[in-house]
Amino acid sequence: MDVVQLSRIQFALTISFHFIFPAVTIGLAGLIAIVETMRWRTRRDVYDRLSVFLTKLFAVTFVIGVVSGIVMEFQFGTNWATFSGFVGDIFGAPLAAEGIFAFFLESAFVGIVLFGRNRVGSTVRWLAGVLVCLGTTISAFWILVANSWMQTPAGFKIVTDANGVSKAQMTDFWQAVFNPSTLPRLFHTLAACWVVGAFFLMGISAWYVLRHRNSDVTAIALRLAVIVAFLGSGLMFVSGDLQTREVQANQPLKFAAMEGVFHTEKGVALELIGLPPSQSGPAAIPPLAIPNGLSAMTNLDPNSEIKGLDQEPDTSLWPPVTLTWMSFHLMVGLGVLMMLLMLFGAFFWWRRSLDSSVWWLRFAVLAIPLPIIAVELGWMTAEVGRQPWIVQGLMMTSKGVSPGVSATDVGISLIAILLVYALLFFLWIYALTKEIGRGPEAAPGVVAGPAAPVVAALPTAGQSGEGN
Amino acid sequence: MPSLQTVWFLLIGLLFIGYAVLDGFDLGAGIVHLFVARNDAERRSVLNAIGPVWDGNEVWLITGGGALFAAFPLVYATVFSGLYLAVMLLLGALILRAVSIEFRSKETNRLWRMAWDAGFALGSALAALLFGVALGNIVRGLPLDDGGVYRGGLAGLLNPFSIVMGLLTLGLAAQQGSSWIVLKTEGALRTRAQRTGVASTLVVIAAWLAATGIAWFDSNRVFDNFARNPLAWIGPLGTAVALASMLYAYRRRQEFLAFVLSSVAIVGLAATAGATLYPNLVPAVDASRSLTVNNAHSSDTALTVMLVIALVGMPIVIAYTAFIYWKFKGKVQLDEAGY
Repeated sequence: MDVVQLSRIQFALTISFHFIFPAVTIGLAGLIAIVETMRWRTRRDVYDRLSVFLTKLFAVTFVIGVVSGIVMEFQFGTNWATFSGFVGDIFGAPLAAEGIFAFFLESAFVGIVLFGRNRVGSTVRWLAGVLVCLGTTISAFWILVANSWMQTPAGFKIVTDANGVSKAQMTDFWQAVFNPSTLPRLFHTLAACWVVGAFFLMGISAWYVLRHRNSDVTAIALRLAVIVAFLGSGLMFVSGDLQTREVQANQPLKFAAMEGVFHTEKGVALELIGLPPSQSGPAAIPPLAIPNGLSAMTNLDPNSEIKGLDQEPDTSLWPPVTLTWMSFHLMVGLGVLMMLLMLFGAFFWWRRSLDSSVWWLRFAVLAIPLPIIAVELGWMTAEVGRQPWIVQGLMMTSKGVSPGVSATDVGISLIAILLVYALLFFLWIYALTKEIGRGPEAAPGVVAGPAAPVVAALPTAGQSGEGN
Repeated sequence: MPSLQTVWFLLIGLLFIGYAVLDGFDLGAGIVHLFVARNDAERRSVLNAIGPVWDGNEVWLITGGGALFAAFPLVYATVFSGLYLAVMLLLGALILRAVSIEFRSKETNRLWRMAWDAGFALGSALAALLFGVALGNIVRGLPLDDGGVYRGGLAGLLNPFSIVMGLLTLGLAAQQGSSWIVLKTEGALRTRAQRTGVASTLVVIAAWLAATGIAWFDSNRVFDNFARNPLAWIGPLGTAVALASMLYAYRRRQEFLAFVLSSVAIVGLAATAGATLYPNLVPAVDASRSLTVNNAHSSDTALTVMLVIALVGMPIVIAYTAFIYWKFKGKVQLDEAGY
């Protein structure tokens, strides 16, 4: 394999691994902010314990997100040096802004949330929780600005420097920041992260109920999670619809590949279930489809024209159709599945049998990874669908790699990353299982109040370390 | 009025100095903890001394990297791709120490804790060493080819000057970490940390002299700015004064002052490195290929936008970071909210 392929595999691996963790922490931070607000307002012990429990799940996830995130921050330079030189004038600013406005905020106040419960008053503790949530959200904003600019570049001009190398130069910062795909992508991604966090808590609470470890804490956790998961699942479809329309307008080839439309024609059907198309044409077996559905959905006119892949006669500029189609359809399929689960959840809640609907609870446990998988598939759609471009229409992916890095170098780092990330994933699952096994009841019932009295002497060596 | 790109040379310098001073003490805590902490309670005291702040400290590196990308994209691209395997090794070291800090206290098993304690030490020491090796190679000048690419690989980075620079940053971090442990702990732990602090300072002085000597015999442009501008001498002189006063402060048991002076020494050495470099960011062996503040910078639009972001954002960051440190001031206690 050549250095381009290896670098692409390494980027795909590092970004899909990394994104699991911010997705979970953004979702959990939202839940922590809600629970902290309840605790602060009501001063009830049950919210205190739930907040501490959520914080522990957050902590083990956050640290892996941080370390795998540093890899991302450096990887543009290590593996994609030509790309970095080309986009740096625009792309660097959102990365630096993410550091200044988001990473400092979240990591500073995570310190208070994890270690300072007893050192600050109730209000500061609440504020710290809210600021961590704000930090994770601002972080999502800036990194999505950077990604969106690669999808739908705006606010720039192409210049040629003294050495004859062309590069993108910023002409309008706000146009670059609010390029056409930033806001649709932000809404869809944030909603997805809330769903990830809510399904996470919902599954864990359901597991406690199934294991007869339910308590006042798990009852509240389950209900909070169901509310957020229900609303979030609905929001996924609204924001997903918005984003698909944006893709249709700005990246029509990606849209055609997502929907498997090869020929530009009127009254195009909406494929529901079917075999994936190949790079050259649709699957031999016709899919289950709604006649004229895609035309109707896209343009609100069942007989309207949809532009197919053939709008670009140069097939070397088509994205990988099979992968784009599959990831998009699987994502939508999982979204439907999750919405169904939430509709049943709402129904059982209305029937006052949420805690006794064993099958629903079991499905809720099994559903924990579903939104994470859907998020990965969504990113796969966005990134694979942009190919062969690294910056849509401006720079080919194959032209963006580092000139001085050899295939051997990338091969070595790829294998090392694979091993380290496998270990990190195992450690994450291990730590989560341990915290979940311990349960929210084990959390110290520190009712919000003034700082605990200072104990001067250090405990002796014999004392066992029940760590955080 | 200095040019925008010179302002950004200074600001990125400040971000990396912020990183060196702050993450310096938690890297250093990792480097010396096997020597100063002899039992489990002491190990946990060391971890709790850095626990609430270490990942905030690491953000200085992330932000410095982002700012370098934004202000001098060619430097970011050339250095990170040129030093490819070294950067990967550095990332591995940073991952190892972070995971060790986080997972060490999850089990009470002795082997488990010993393994993570070793990981914390190894990751921290390797990271501190690699920063110096990288800096050493940059100060010395990289053999960039006519495409502006470094092709020397990992082996090309191992030369006497850079290795000595690696030992210098390793010693500095160990000194900074020891000073932090002295400040944050009590009893035997504190006493031992004071000893590793003094020992690290001796390493720093020896490595600094050696680096200066090697650079002198290499007779390259490292000393040009010192001959040209007397202001450049503030860095090395400030460092010398700070190191001497720090040793005195240790003796007087002025813990906070010693930590501040250790930090001043880091600032002074970073300023020295900055003074040898300017106006270069990445001097090349063939000087015509050097990346300087004048040929590697982003557009004025981008630099101005970034300046606004930094001027709005950084004062707020510094304010709440100070608040967090204030909240966690004083000697560490082992309680339930910790490792």
